[in-house]
Amino acid sequence: MKFSIIVQAAPYSCQSAETAYRFAKTLLDTGHDLHRVFFYGDGVHTGSAFASPPQDEPNIPANWQALAADHDLDLVVCIAAAVRRGVLDDTEAGRYSKSGSNLAAGFELSGLGQLADAIAQSDRVITFGA
Amino acid sequence: MALHTLNQPPGNTQCLERCLNALSDGDALLLIEDGVLATLPAHASRFDAIAANVSLFALQADLDARGLNVLKDARFTVVDDGGFVDLACEQDKVVSWY
Repeated sequence: MKFSIIVQAAPYSCQSAETAYRFAKTLLDTGHDLHRVFFYGDGVHTGSAFASPPQDEPNIPANWQALAADHDLDLVVCIAAAVRRGVLDDTEAGRYSKSGSNLAAGFELSGLGQLADAIAQSDRVITFGA
Repeated sequence: MALHTLNQPPGNTQCLERCLNALSDGDALLLIEDGVLATLPAHASRFDAIAANVSLFALQADLDARGLNVLKDARFTVVDDGGFVDLACEQDKVVSWY
């Protein structure tokens, strides 16, 4: 079955950030498809390459990156939510004259059209809210 | 028919009541994260008015993390993460209460 996941929870603020990752990993391990993961609201912080949690804690951004690499996942970070929270790719960093960008590899900034597409294309959409 | 997930503790009465009021025949309710606190016997009466054909579940990892496995009300069936995915597949849609 084809799933899409919406993550609205910021990593390390809400448990649902970890639940979302576990759900994604489990559905992939059991043979389902994950069409897209859409990070929205405070969930956009998942896409920050600067996250540096202690080594004995789950590294939520890195976990998503590894899962995306293993399963060729589409990790989309809402561009409007991300830019205002300081999660920028090279293009946006240039647009806003910032000294650097911090969108982690494996994530991409895009718009709500990608969420609408995910809802249209998927058998199930599940939200992990904050 | 829908799978409802609830991740708020029963102290968030507005969220719990909205969720319970939204349950229809054939739906499933899965308590996750702090939502599993509602499986305690002290909160059992909140679920008395639910239709008999609404099935109640609680996520094992969250029960374990809070030491609630032996305390929970018997009406809740324990599911692991794979069971969570299965419930999402069995129902037509997933409604998240948070």
